[in-house]
Amino acid sequence: MRYPSFLQRTADRADVQPVRVLTFSINGVTVSAREDETILTVARQNGISIPTLCHLDGLSERGACRLCIVEIKGSPKLSPACVTLPRQDMEIITHSDRVMDYRRKILELLFTERNHVCSVCVSNGHCDLQALTVELGMTHVHYDYLHPQQMVDASHERFSVDHNRCVLCQRCVRVCDEIEGAHTWDVMGRGHLAKVITDLNEPWGESTTCTGCGKCVQVCPTGALSEKGKSVAEMTKKRLFLPYLKLMRGEEER
Amino acid sequence: MTIEELQEIGKIEKEKQDGFKHRIHVCVAAGCLSCQSGQVKEALEKEVSRRGQESWTSVKGVGCLGLCTAGPMVAIEPDGILYQGVSVSDASDILEALGGPAVSRLDCSAHMPFFTKQKKIVLENCGKIDPESIEDYIAEGGYEGLYNALRIMTPTGVIEQISKGGLRGRGGAGFPTGLKWTAVSKTKSNIKFVVCNADEGDPGAFMDRSVLESDPHRVLEGMAIAGFAVGANYGFIYVRAEYPLAVKRVRTAIARAERLGVLGRNIFNTTFNFDITVRLGAGAFVCGEETALIASIEGRRGSPRPRPPFPSELGLWGYPTLINNVETFANVPPIIRKGGDWFAATGTDKSKGTKVFALAGRVNNTGLIEAPMGTKLREIVFDIGGGILEGRKFKAVQTGGPSGGCIPEQFLDMSMDYESLAKVGSIMGSGGLIVMDETSCMVDVAKFFIEFCMSESCGKCVPCRVGTVQIYNVLKRITEGKGKPTDIGLLEELCDLVKNTSLCGLGQTAPNPVLSTLNYFMDEYRAHIDDKVCPAGTCHFNHTEESQ
Amino acid sequence: MEAKEAERVKVDEDRRWRLVNRTMRLHGHQPDALIETLHAVQESFGFLDLDSLKYVADSLHLPLSLVYGVATFYHFFTLKPPGEHTCVICLGTACYIAGSTNMLKAVEKEVGIKPGETTSDGKLSLLTARCMGSCGLAPAVVFDGAIHGKMSSTAVLQNIRRLLNHDD
Ligand SMILES: Cc1cc2nc3c(=O)[nH]c(=O)nc-3n(C[C@H](O)[C@H](O)[C@H](O)COP(=O)(O)O)c2cc1C
Ligand code: SF4
Ligand code: SF4
Ligand code: FES
Ligand code: FES
Ligand code: FES
Repeated sequence: MRYPSFLQRTADRADVQPVRVLTFSINGVTVSAREDETILTVARQNGISIPTLCHLDGLSERGACRLCIVEIKGSPKLSPACVTLPRQDMEIITHSDRVMDYRRKILELLFTERNHVCSVCVSNGHCDLQALTVELGMTHVHYDYLHPQQMVDASHERFSVDHNRCVLCQRCVRVCDEIEGAHTWDVMGRGHLAKVITDLNEPWGESTTCTGCGKCVQVCPTGALSEKGKSVAEMTKKRLFLPYLKLMRGEEER
Repeated sequence: MTIEELQEIGKIEKEKQDGFKHRIHVCVAAGCLSCQSGQVKEALEKEVSRRGQESWTSVKGVGCLGLCTAGPMVAIEPDGILYQGVSVSDASDILEALGGPAVSRLDCSAHMPFFTKQKKIVLENCGKIDPESIEDYIAEGGYEGLYNALRIMTPTGVIEQISKGGLRGRGGAGFPTGLKWTAVSKTKSNIKFVVCNADEGDPGAFMDRSVLESDPHRVLEGMAIAGFAVGANYGFIYVRAEYPLAVKRVRTAIARAERLGVLGRNIFNTTFNFDITVRLGAGAFVCGEETALIASIEGRRGSPRPRPPFPSELGLWGYPTLINNVETFANVPPIIRKGGDWFAATGTDKSKGTKVFALAGRVNNTGLIEAPMGTKLREIVFDIGGGILEGRKFKAVQTGGPSGGCIPEQFLDMSMDYESLAKVGSIMGSGGLIVMDETSCMVDVAKFFIEFCMSESCGKCVPCRVGTVQIYNVLKRITEGKGKPTDIGLLEELCDLVKNTSLCGLGQTAPNPVLSTLNYFMDEYRAHIDDKVCPAGTCHFNHTEESQ
Repeated sequence: MEAKEAERVKVDEDRRWRLVNRTMRLHGHQPDALIETLHAVQESFGFLDLDSLKYVADSLHLPLSLVYGVATFYHFFTLKPPGEHTCVICLGTACYIAGSTNMLKAVEKEVGIKPGETTSDGKLSLLTARCMGSCGLAPAVVFDGAIHGKMSSTAVLQNIRRLLNHDD
C-alpha cells in the first residue's frame, strides 16, 4: 500500500459533498471555477501566468518552492497558488510589488545555494530556472554564494546527475514514484544538507529499481538530470506526456 | 467499573498511605535520577528495614519536586519537610530526624518564594504521587473526570466546559482548545484520531517531559476525554526518543490503565472504546509541527505540508485528527472534574489557568515551575527564580525557544500571558524560560538559535532551507568581528523574506530571535560591527585562531 | 573453539533480529512501522547498516530510497557504528548559555575528533544533542547513557580519561 498525496485523499472520502462552483476575483477580474481547482489552475485558465518551479501538471503538489505565492485580500499571509483552493468572493492578487519582490529574492536564494553557471550547463537555453530569471526580471544576485562542491554521478549508462545544479524540487522523486511506479529517487538528509538519491544512496548505474525510462530526466527543471551524449541544443525536455499518462493510469485503475 | 469501585480503589490506597506515620518521597524524575536519586531511595529503604520500622515509615519514588537544580530532592510527609542535595550517606540522619526537627544541613525551606509563589494545576500531583502507580493517581481524584464525561456528560457538554474554562493550547500558538475540539467533532468520519504532541523540541524546555515522567495518567485521561468529546477511538502519543524514562512511564501507565479498564474497550461500562499507542520521535524539531508530526507517525520523513487542509479535516491517514500538546491534555481532567468556571477563575482576561515553565539559565533556582497566567516576569525571575546567579545583572529572558524572542529588562514588569508576550515580539511557546545575564552576548544567542533552525529545517521549501543558512553566515561573521555595516540591513531583509514566505511554522518563526535581538540590543550588534568588540566578552575576535 | 564462537555470534544475531521482526509484526508490516522498526534495529545493533536497511525495506515492502531518506532525515539514527564509549554534550539553550561550547572545544582538543566522529581506535564517539531535558542541571553531558549534570571542562575531561583508561 502506498500513501496517496493528501489532495487525492479528499477525493477518496465518500462523505465529501459534490463539487460546487465558486465566484471570486483574480487581479480584479471576476472568475468562476470549481471549488476543487487550485488558484494556479484557475489563473492559467484565465491567461494569467504565475511563476512556478516545483509544480508540474500531472504530478502531486508540494508547495515547496514558494515562487507561486500570491496575496489574498484581508490576509497578511501569502499563499502558494499551486495548493491553495479559492473561496467564494476571495480577492486574489498575483503580481503585486510585494510578491514580485519576494519571488525575485527566493530565486536569488536558489542561485546562491548551489552552482548555477548557465554558460557551462547542458540545459543552457532550455532551463526552467533560467527562464524564471527572465520572467521575474532577476538581473543579479545580491546575497553571498554558498555553492558547496557537490558530486556528479555518471554511473548510469544513459543518464547522469549533477547535484551542483539540483534545486531539490523533487519532480524526479514524484514522477518516478507516481507515474513510473519505481520509486528509485528520494531525498536524504534534511535542511541545506538534503540531496536526491537513488536507492540506498548508491550510484544510479547500480540501481536495482531504476527502469531506465528517463522520465525523471524529462521533468527535471534544470541541468541536474541529463541524457548523456546529447548536445546543448538537443537537451530540450519533453513533458507533455505527463498529464496523458496520468489520465491513462487513472482509467486503468477504475 | 462504577464510580463506587473507582472511589474504592482510591480510598484503599489513601488508607494504606495514611497508615504510615512517616512518608518519605524521593524524586525519581530524570533530573534527580541523574544525581543518583535512585541510589538514595535504595539507601533510605535499606535504612528503614535495618531499623525495622517498615510498618510506620514508607519510602516511595515520586515525580519532579520542582527544584531540580538542588537534586536529589527528598520530601518528608506529612511534616512538609524538604531536603535538597541528599546523598546515600544521609539516609540514617534523615531517619533519625523523623518526627523531630529537620536535618539542618539538608533543609530546603518549603516556605521560600520558589514554592509559595506557585500555583499548581497541571503539576498538582507532581512530587506527590508515584508515577508508576495508577492507584495513587486515582486516590488524588484521577479518572473521575473521565467517568463524569462518559457517564454524566455529553460530548458537546464536555467541549462546552473546555470552552468555558478558556483553555488555550499550551504547545505554542495558544489556539483555543474548545474551538479545535469543536472542529474535529463536527467533521464527519467513522474513524478519527487524537494525537498528543510530546515532541518537545524547544532546546531548553522540559515541561512535557516532567509531566509525562511524574504524572502520566493525567495525560492519558485528558486524551480519553478528548477522544470522547470529538468522537475518536484511537490515540497516539508522539514522544521524543531522547526521553527514554518518559516513554517507559507512559507505556507502564497505558498497560495499567488498560488492565483496570479505564482505557480499552467499554470504558466504565459504556460503549466508548479508546486505545492509546506510543510512537517515538527520532530527533527532529520540525516534527513538532502538526503536519510533519502526522507524516512521522505514518512512518515518513517529517516534512510539513501546506495547510489548509488542517489536520482537523485531513490528518493521520487522511482522517480527522485532533492534535494537542501534553500540557493542554493535562489541564483537561481537572476542568472536567471541577468545571470550566473554576478554571477560568485563574489567569487573565484572555489567558486562563496556569502555565508551566521550565526555568533555566543564569538564575539561582532552576527547575520546573507553574504560575498563574498573568504573573509578572519579575516575580518569576527574582522571587521564584531567586535572582541572577552570583549576583550578576539581569539582561534578558528568552521565551518560546527558536520561535520566540528575547525580552529585555525594561519589560520585567510585564504580565506573562499570550497577548503581552506577542506584543513585545516574543511568544509564550511551550514554556521554556532561559534567563540571561550580562555575560550572555545577544548576537551570539541569535546565532545560536538560527543555527538550530538551520540544522532543523526539513529542507523542503527554499526560503527556510537557504535563507537560514544566509542569516547564519551573516551572524557568524559578525560574531567573528568580520561584520560589515550593511549587514544589519541584510539581516532585516533576509528575516523578512524567510518569515513571510516559508511553508511552515519553523521557517515562519525562525527569524524571531534575530529580529527581537536586533530590536532591543542593536547597540550590541553595532559594537560587534563598528568597534569589533563583544560587550559581553563571549565572542573572540582573535584572528590568529584557526580559521576554516 | 572458533566454530563455537561463530555459532554464539549467530545465535546472538538471531536474537537481535527477533526484536526487529517482532516490531514489524506488531505493526502488521504496515508502512507506518518504518520508524519504529529503525528504532528496533538501532537498539539491537547500535546503528543502521545498509544490509539491515535493505532487510527492513524488503520486509515492509517499501522502496529502498524511501527507507534511506527516512533513516537520514532523523538525527537520532546513525549509519555509522558507534565507538565503545559515547560522550554526548548537550548544546541546548540552557547548556549553551552555561558554556557547553567550551566543554565541547576542550573535548575536541583532548581526543582530536569532531562531533559525530569516532576515535580511530574505535574507543570513543563524540556526539552533541539539542537538550536532553535536564536543563535544570545545565550544562549536561551523557556518558554511556548516564546523564551527568553541572559539568565543567575539567570534569568532562576527567570522565573521558576514566572511560578510556578503564579497559586497559
Ligand atoms: C517547528 C514547530 C515545532 C513545534 N514543536 C512543538 C512541540 O515540540 N510540542 C508541541 O506541543 N507543539 C509544538 N508545535 C506546535 C504544534 O504544531 C501544535 O500547534 C500544537 O501541538 C497544538 O497543540 P495545542 O493546541 O495544545 O497547543 C510546534 C510547531 C512548530 C511550527
Ligand atoms: S534532480 Fe532535477 S528534478 Fe530532481 S530534485 Fe533536483 S532539480 Fe528537481
Ligand atoms: S519552513 Fe523550513 S521546516 Fe518548514 S517546510 Fe520549509 S524548509 Fe521545511
Ligand atoms: S509551484 Fe507552488 S510552491 Fe512551487
Ligand atoms: S527532577 Fe527532581 S526535583 Fe525536578
Ligand atoms: S539544554 Fe541541555 S539539557 Fe536542556
